[in-house]
Amino acid sequence: MGSGPIFASALRVAIRTLLLVTTWPATPPCEAQSADSDREAFSERTAILRAAAGIAVYAGVFGLAFGAVASAAGLDVIQAVVLSAVMFTGASQFALVGILDAGGSPFAALAAALLLGVRNAFYGVPVSDIVRPRGLRRLLTAHLVIDETTAMAVAQTNRRAGRYAFWATGIGLFSMWNIGTLAGALIGSNINTSALGLDAAAPAIFLALLWPQLARDRAPAVACGAVVVALALVPIVPPGVPIIAAATVAVAAGLAPARSDSGAGEGHR
Amino acid sequence: MSTWMTILAASLACYGLKLIGVSLPESVLGHPRVQRIAALLPVAMLSALIATDLFDSGRHYSADWHTLVGVGVGAFALWRGRSLLVVFVLAIATTALLRQFA
Repeated sequence: MGSGPIFASALRVAIRTLLLVTTWPATPPCEAQSADSDREAFSERTAILRAAAGIAVYAGVFGLAFGAVASAAGLDVIQAVVLSAVMFTGASQFALVGILDAGGSPFAALAAALLLGVRNAFYGVPVSDIVRPRGLRRLLTAHLVIDETTAMAVAQTNRRAGRYAFWATGIGLFSMWNIGTLAGALIGSNINTSALGLDAAAPAIFLALLWPQLARDRAPAVACGAVVVALALVPIVPPGVPIIAAATVAVAAGLAPARSDSGAGEGHR
Repeated sequence: MSTWMTILAASLACYGLKLIGVSLPESVLGHPRVQRIAALLPVAMLSALIATDLFDSGRHYSADWHTLVGVGVGAFALWRGRSLLVVFVLAIATTALLRQFA
């Protein structure tokens, strides 16, 4: 299937879905849609495009915020766009820019971006099973594996719809994220980001990304532990390091024996 | 390491993680304990990022109440089931308006 028509129709419905987006629940699409998705054949096409367009719209707005924040942090326009085009994973980008801006070392910034990017490797498993990329297309598929594309792909009931959802979401999101970043970076150097409240952008986005994940087993405890560890280290270590140190809370909680699934192979600690 | 080096190294490394995911056989990444750590990593990192964004200004604590209230309004919107976009717009608009008029 060609990417052109997908993006064209995604853009066409983008305006119409603006209203729809404002009432879109903050739950991941996989939970929001799985209930009513067992229609026959490929009737999901319209619904997929509509959801993909909604995601593209908010990617444009978040991209705008990222461009402005990156610009305020001292990155030039090309650096901001390269991050969005090559790194293309929002939380890692915001983390990297934030730590550099706070005066953290490049290594702290790199480590935080990487630790936040680890989840994409795990998204690759269900995605490659649905998309089944061959040859060079594997390289392109890998690039588009992020929260939204994975959630959209796994939410579909058949592989064909899943593949369609992956590409429609990925292409729309990638385009709008980069256009938004470019616009934000261009505007960002000429505006007072503080007066526009853009210093609240990164924590608000992080909170919105965190929120649906708090339903996960052990997540509330991990979140509290991470906050305590990070804040306790603030006066002691250089900027950026408290964030990396908080990763140990996740590792510790993940290694602790599970209460429900006891077949997980104990004794690895 | 220059800013450019950091950007390129981190970008390529993040891409490498994605490529590993679509290339490795499922058995390698399928271990329950490995998956649980991977699922909890963003929870810990995002929480720490929020905390340091709000209270850390380089080796000492400080907080800007405009931003705190703005993010608080965003949190309330999340709790009320609003979309990411609404949460985002409410948070920065509240912060901007408070800073302007309060």
